Amino acid sequence: MWPDERVVKFVNDNFIPARVHVKEDPEAFKKFGEKYNAHWTPTVLELDPNGEEFYRVEGFLPLEDFLAQLMLGRAHMDFKQGKWDEAEKKFREIYEKLPNADAAPEALYWAGVSRYKGKNDAVALKETARAFQTRYKDSSWAKKASIWA
Amino acid sequence: MEIKFRHDVDNVLKEAKKQNKPVLLDFSAAPM
Repeated sequence: MWPDERVVKFVNDNFIPARVHVKEDPEAFKKFGEKYNAHWTPTVLELDPNGEEFYRVEGFLPLEDFLAQLMLGRAHMDFKQGKWDEAEKKFREIYEKLPNADAAPEALYWAGVSRYKGKNDAVALKETARAFQTRYKDSSWAKKASIWA
Repeated sequence: MEIKFRHDVDNVLKEAKKQNKPVLLDFSAAPM
């Protein structure tokens, strides 16, 4: 998954990348595994600039699903920081660029929430609920958004 | 083009704070 150009660009553009390897450096693996409660590989953590975890991806995923998860985590970081416009843009990018990824319905949901938070306009939620009527209809995120219809 | 993973995680965490940049921390068992 790592050699893919899109993943490489996304990681290099958004993060300082670091790795602890279970065999090459078991002491570091133990130290940071305990610190971050990561005891299985592959586990990828997204940490904020203060070193606090804000997202994790556990287990292997096919390329597009993996990239979508990384993007979802990064978008959630903006959301948690109240950067609504940035978060909406990042969530939107996921389902526009990777519409078949498992994370796409979740991204559609949170893009709507971000828009609502940024504009303080309930129309954003109604539009999101409507969007779920034509795509990702069987997802749990469509059920969650159905209350807004 | 590749990801240049760093292995000095303590230093990475310090730099992240200084640069105000997030960190991607990979716990891996993949062949190196």
